[in-house]
Amino acid sequence: MNGEPLRRTALFDVHRALGARIVPFGGFEMPVQYAGILAEHEAVRKRAGLFDLSHMAQFELRGAGVAAWADALTVNHVATMKPLQARYNVFTNDAGGARDDVIFYRLPDRWLLIVNAGNAHKMWAHLQAECRGEVQLTDLRGERALIAVQGPRSAEVLAPLVAADIAALKYYACVETKAGGVNALVARTGYTGEDGFEVFLPADAASRFWEALTAENRDRLTPCGLGARDVLRLEAGMPLYGHELTEEITPLQAGLGWAVKFAKPAFIGKAALAAQAAADDYPRIAGLVLDGRVPARAGYRVFRDGHVTGQIRSGSIAPSVGNRSIATALLEPGSATVGTRLGIEVRGTEHPATTVALPFYKRGA
Amino acid sequence: MAQPAGLLFSKDHEWVKLDGDVATIGITDYAQSSLGDIVYVELPRVGATLQQFTGIGVVESVKAVSDIFTPLGGEVLEINPAIDADPALVNREPFGGGWFYKLKLGDDAEKNNLMSGADYDKLIAQA
Repeated sequence: MNGEPLRRTALFDVHRALGARIVPFGGFEMPVQYAGILAEHEAVRKRAGLFDLSHMAQFELRGAGVAAWADALTVNHVATMKPLQARYNVFTNDAGGARDDVIFYRLPDRWLLIVNAGNAHKMWAHLQAECRGEVQLTDLRGERALIAVQGPRSAEVLAPLVAADIAALKYYACVETKAGGVNALVARTGYTGEDGFEVFLPADAASRFWEALTAENRDRLTPCGLGARDVLRLEAGMPLYGHELTEEITPLQAGLGWAVKFAKPAFIGKAALAAQAAADDYPRIAGLVLDGRVPARAGYRVFRDGHVTGQIRSGSIAPSVGNRSIATALLEPGSATVGTRLGIEVRGTEHPATTVALPFYKRGA
Repeated sequence: MAQPAGLLFSKDHEWVKLDGDVATIGITDYAQSSLGDIVYVELPRVGATLQQFTGIGVVESVKAVSDIFTPLGGEVLEINPAIDADPALVNREPFGGGWFYKLKLGDDAEKNNLMSGADYDKLIAQA
């Protein structure tokens, strides 16, 4: 990013040895795929997938004032979080747009904040600018790794290597324990629409832990790249920063109204979001399913009755949605109603599509 | 890795099999492997007249859209009906069942602009 050399995670050599295709992402050289995106996607839906997410920035927050401070910068509740709980949140700007979407992990003596790799510099600067001594901020990038195990068999894959009883861990709960013999934080969180865990551990232990996991689970754990992760999260209706959420797209527009707590006394962008909610006339993210199989790519225009009514934000062929071509689009409110017939412009030709409810895919459905 | 015998190749990673003045055209194994999982192929209509080395369609993987540049000019005689329903056929059988289209060759001399399998191997070895 910004002309800086690309960074590598502690697992880079492991990825290369596995034959991964490496691409620049969020300032890092990251694996986009190993055997193939569709095979990796299937592994996560049916068995378990193994992801290196060490590119995501990990910031540690300490101090008695963390909760109140963070509540003033974000839309969701922070102070109401209990120790060993994780919660999704969005940092906003004055206009209510999203600076980043994040997860807070509350630990007994500190907090962990995970931000998107592509926003790491921006967010670090924002946190420092907003910090007035009530919070001690530490950037753990480079020191810590993040490995995710996602899929219906992830608990049985991970359990033998973790000291704590992870099967008993609730969704969006976490535990400080030993993983692969080292101190780690294990959370039941993820970004795939499946059951799964994320393991935060020292960077110098990451390769050994990855190898131990794959050695124990040859027939049921598949290394997965960012390509599969993107298809999985899109099917599950989860926003990707830069696509469904941006500095210009607010959490309300992204369908994250459930996370916007107007009951909080004050937070950055609250007035703008309240006005947006009251007017209820804003463009919003909706799901689209195309009649045909042509992929709808980010940036394609969406038409309704001959007029541009929005823009595709993400799109893919969706193996878990009958191999249909699915997309998210930022649409005028009238076009975002479920059942609306629209046209997506692909290389000069309109391809018919229908607005559907999100998510496209729910596990167990 | 040796290419199948009897084919000609373009620098854009298409292969050509000539049978008299009819050319069968597809993408190489190297191309399908580079693209990854192919999910959509858009080809010209039967009867369309194509100019050598121009973009005449697209092949899309999960992550990317790539142009197809026709390695020869001529009139489209047939497009492969199988790959519309099963685009992954191009990944599985790039030189066989995953062929793209057949052309009635316009100018026989255009094949002199293509390369042998041995030369194509050298090209992809440099990539």
